[in-house]
Amino acid sequence: MASLGELERAVMDLLWAGQEAATANTLRDLLARDSEAGGGRAGHQGKDLAVTTVLTVLSRLEKKGLVERERGTRPHRYQAVSSREDHTAELMHEVLGSAPDREAVLARFIGSVTESEAATLRKLLGEL
Amino acid sequence: MFWTSYFLAVLALVLAWPVPVLLSRAAWPARAPFTAMVLWQAIALAGGLSMIGAMLIYGLEPIGDNLIAGLRALAGMVFLNQPTTALGFWHLFALSAAALLSAHLVFTLLLTYVKIERQRRRHRELLALLASPSSDGPGTVVINHDSPVAYCLPGGARSVTVLSDGLMARLEPAELRAVLIHENAHLSQRHDLLLWAFAAWRQALPWFPTTRYAQLAVNSLIEMLADDVALRSESKATLIKAIALVAGGQAPSVSAARPAGGEGSVTGGFSTTGSFSATGGADSPRTTASRVSRLLSPEPPLKPAYRAMVLAASALLLAAPTALLIVPGLLG
Repeated sequence: MASLGELERAVMDLLWAGQEAATANTLRDLLARDSEAGGGRAGHQGKDLAVTTVLTVLSRLEKKGLVERERGTRPHRYQAVSSREDHTAELMHEVLGSAPDREAVLARFIGSVTESEAATLRKLLGEL
Repeated sequence: MFWTSYFLAVLALVLAWPVPVLLSRAAWPARAPFTAMVLWQAIALAGGLSMIGAMLIYGLEPIGDNLIAGLRALAGMVFLNQPTTALGFWHLFALSAAALLSAHLVFTLLLTYVKIERQRRRHRELLALLASPSSDGPGTVVINHDSPVAYCLPGGARSVTVLSDGLMARLEPAELRAVLIHENAHLSQRHDLLLWAFAAWRQALPWFPTTRYAQLAVNSLIEMLADDVALRSESKATLIKAIALVAGGQAPSVSAARPAGGEGSVTGGFSTTGSFSATGGADSPRTTASRVSRLLSPEPPLKPAYRAMVLAASALLLAAPTALLIVPGLLG
């Protein structure tokens, strides 16, 4: 059985790749197909994957604010809240921004530099 | 009792303003970052201790010859309804202030921890979905982004070092190793604990010069410590080149890294950057500049005798207020 973390990732990959909202059933079928196409590496969990497991994964993702569901239809259809690129941008914004309280969250190799300092460093690089 | 509270008040004052200002201007911390780090911690702890201690001793003066006797008498008033007539207004004021300040410091420390952990957890969740494992070792992941970025997200066993595609594309293998060693040094030396404590210290007393200077100094000292670890296995030129490549490639893309959503989110992101760079622009560049100049024109490490002196001074700084608070009670 793949871990919930791996399944979350696989489900997000599908939702990010797909154009429209998908039901848990559709997602289960896609996951099963992917794991068969992936050969032995992913094991047989695709076939055994229950729709309830996919629903668990989806509700975890919903709680994390990554997935939203259309409640108008039955069964519910799920889609990603924002694109993979937007999430990456959100992460990088957190990393590159320099709010004082963020400085304690993570340690960057280089803190933010001013344009003039970056220019000085580029010049230095030319001399090295 | 009176001279004790007077002495502690003077110590608190000295540690709140002139000492951190002088230390932040001194050049020697770059030559002995570890020693300087110990001193900053001693200043912060001794400062807090003498601040609270001064108020406590002053407030307890009428009801006890020393701290322990005074606290015992106070406990009698609070819990056993003994008469409080001995305490004047200013004594009660000082005692309340001491209690409030202590609670404020502890509460801010905890609150800062919760905030930091919440942000880290969210960050880790997104990384689990967005980043792919790197071949550079366990706990290292790569994220798909063009600007050269490297950072580590502390979290005990779940600590992770993140590299961007842009970084991997720009750096030679040796430079990449230097970056990884640098980031791993942050994790193995538990710099996150220092960042947390000094962030909380500043958050709790933002109007005290000491907390701002201390946080800036600590931010810069941990980078130097991590650089020193990287220098043990990679050459100076490699590290400088890595710093210059990352810093040089990063600056223009800071504004390009805003969320590429609608118009609204772009302007929203931009205005926040504006306010961030007010602090970031003043604080961080000095760190990078001092790191590079430290590598370019290295000065010899501080002599062991001087380092021992600073360490002894740090110990004394902690021991003096502690002894003043506790020893009279033990003797009496």
